[in-house]
Amino acid sequence: MYPHNIQESVRKVEATREARLKETLPRLSADAKTPLLQRFHPDYVAGKMRPLAIGPNKGDSTPNEIADLLEGNSRIDPDKVDLCRVDYDVDVLVIGGGGAGASAALLAQENGVSVLLATKLRLGDCNTVGAQAGTQAADRLQDSPSQHYLDTMGGGHFANIPELVEALVKDAPSVIKWLESLGVNWDKNPDGSMHELSGGGASRLRLHSAKDYTGMEEMRVLRDELRNRGINHVEFSPAVELVTDDRGQVCGAVLANLETNELTIVRAKAVVMATGGMGRLHIQAFPTTNHYGATADGLVLAYRAGAQLIFMDTMQYHPTGAAYPMQILGQLVTEKVRTLGAQLVNADGVQFVMPLEPRDVVAAAIIRECAERHKGIDTPTGQVGVWLDSPMIDLRRGAGTVARELPAMVRQFGRYGIDIAKEPMLIYPTLHYQNGGIKINADGATTIPGLFAAGECEGGVHGRNRLIGNSTLDIFVFGRRAGRAAAQWSKQAKPGAPTLNHVRHWQKSLNESGLARQRPISPMLLPDYAKAIPDYLPNYARESLKPSWMKLA
Amino acid sequence: MSESPRMVDIYVMGKHYAVPEGLTILTALEYCGYRVIRGCGCRAGFCGACATIYNFKNDAQLRYDLACQKTVEQGMYLTQIPFFPAVKAQYDLQQLKAAGEQVLALYPDIVKCFGCNTCTKTCPQELEVMWYMSDALRGDIHEVAVKSFDCVMCGLCAARCPQGLVPYNVAILCRRLYGRYLAPVSQHLEERIAAIEGGKCDADVEKLEKADEKELRRLYAERDIEPAY
Repeated sequence: MYPHNIQESVRKVEATREARLKETLPRLSADAKTPLLQRFHPDYVAGKMRPLAIGPNKGDSTPNEIADLLEGNSRIDPDKVDLCRVDYDVDVLVIGGGGAGASAALLAQENGVSVLLATKLRLGDCNTVGAQAGTQAADRLQDSPSQHYLDTMGGGHFANIPELVEALVKDAPSVIKWLESLGVNWDKNPDGSMHELSGGGASRLRLHSAKDYTGMEEMRVLRDELRNRGINHVEFSPAVELVTDDRGQVCGAVLANLETNELTIVRAKAVVMATGGMGRLHIQAFPTTNHYGATADGLVLAYRAGAQLIFMDTMQYHPTGAAYPMQILGQLVTEKVRTLGAQLVNADGVQFVMPLEPRDVVAAAIIRECAERHKGIDTPTGQVGVWLDSPMIDLRRGAGTVARELPAMVRQFGRYGIDIAKEPMLIYPTLHYQNGGIKINADGATTIPGLFAAGECEGGVHGRNRLIGNSTLDIFVFGRRAGRAAAQWSKQAKPGAPTLNHVRHWQKSLNESGLARQRPISPMLLPDYAKAIPDYLPNYARESLKPSWMKLA
Repeated sequence: MSESPRMVDIYVMGKHYAVPEGLTILTALEYCGYRVIRGCGCRAGFCGACATIYNFKNDAQLRYDLACQKTVEQGMYLTQIPFFPAVKAQYDLQQLKAAGEQVLALYPDIVKCFGCNTCTKTCPQELEVMWYMSDALRGDIHEVAVKSFDCVMCGLCAARCPQGLVPYNVAILCRRLYGRYLAPVSQHLEERIAAIEGGKCDADVEKLEKADEKELRRLYAERDIEPAY
């Protein structure tokens, strides 16, 4: 149930619904998109980004929140860590327990090497589980990998790295089959053909889903497989630095026990970084769809060790985060709602953007509708929003479609008394995805020998804007490729003496630039949502009240 | 909007706090100053990390939910269940048979279910847990897969089962057996994979890779778009 003042607007939405069922807004031309993005997309807001002052991408712009961490101080003093006291000695270390990390660990193990997977929270606490809509793969007769390629390049504003997109679209069908062979339950028609849907920026029905629990289904299957195979994994153990050798190769990592602060030394011939995204940095104070640990740790570690990053000036704001009720503010309302036929409608019940444009375009159009045209709806928290007219779905596709295709959304809103089959949803853009990341080649190799990357922490695949269903594809395509390549690398690698010299050099240049005192300790590990420490405390007491995981340094 | 929020009295492990109404159990804990390390994952109802048991000051009946989704209510007594060990069979899916007996062979204890229905009453996703456990006992893999599909594996059913059964692990075995062996094969998927592996898609992709940006932009703008519905 919506508050009284909001219900007036609901009536207007209902009044125009029948006419809108026949109304199709045109897609915007390239010439119309550019000014819309430049005026309203958060990436273009002045003063919210700055060029990095130090490191391999010095001079490249990134949001201030990310720049602070990339320019941050190490959590460990290299002189106080004994790298000879090795706790784990493995061929491949995978850092991160989401879809990319799990895929990499499985493929590395299949390639006959010893594997350790280390993750900050639990195995499977990641953004993959929250991915609802589906996974793209061009496997229908009407579709082709080249069509998928074209859509992906166009969505990414033609900045994507071609060899990565080629790998993405050509591996896609076999990824779908691989997941099924591990036991993923895809939505299918009775004859076995895939039940596929469209998506923003996609020119074909290409989205493979498992109701609106797609990522959760994919992740729980991979996690179960990892456990069945007995692949060694440690939870609540984030990496706080990489270890490098005298030849500039990555040869392990330092992990910290999140609860006890105990350090663990992992020696590895290859490392796969699969630490996911950055939503919990709340860039420009946006709420986020991301999981608790999405704090860009892998970017920080890789950057400090000398890895190149790419496209770090482009973040994805998912057009439809929940704007109401407050309990789920900023949480994901899957794009599948639009895919199934819901339109975006303003306070007067008027449609204002073609709902299946790429995400950056739709997000910018929603922000324009609220900020410039003042056609948004105010909610009790002060969060403005526009309508996502979900009742159109059953009208278009038959009664029961919402219940069948969107059980997670029905459940989530139903808890707060909103029946999305009958009432529209209030939404506003929310911080969702890091389009760029650690630069890789088609094997997932970074610019540093021995270091591979997969999933949201890498960049280049999606150019400057990712399409729906290409992230859960990316994690499996590049997770598998990175796992395989890391295993191959480890078989011939000749690691030298392990050091933390890159950390020493980093701190030295931070000190020389005068930045050290101004920058936080990084990686962040977890956001701090606990009530602020009282102001009246003297500094020494404030320090002692900080959570232990903040005091590692 | 400017008026101050109404406060709700809650008890965290017995200690009283007043928090603004409308918070979830998770954000209420953080509002009180608790820093959560365990028992918090996606914060959006999908990962099952924040399974929680609560009751009320004057009502001892235990209730179950996900801390990130449940709104705090007046008089709530809160605890978190950060970790609960559970039995899991280890198996090689590729060596199993999609026969009903397979489930019983890996989880023989499921015969001990005496139908108390505590699992169903406990499930924060409101699944028919006891019914799918009886489907599992009968070897109906497909029914278990259907009824259990929305399971987030939070572990509450196993935590409360008086017989020590682990419904969510039985369920994922059945869903994986269904996906691997019983779901009808997708012919078009097989054909496309064969075409890609046979190099039949290479030329078209290469042509696009070699095209300059101007040409790509033209092809993109002119591409035909299949209707979404």
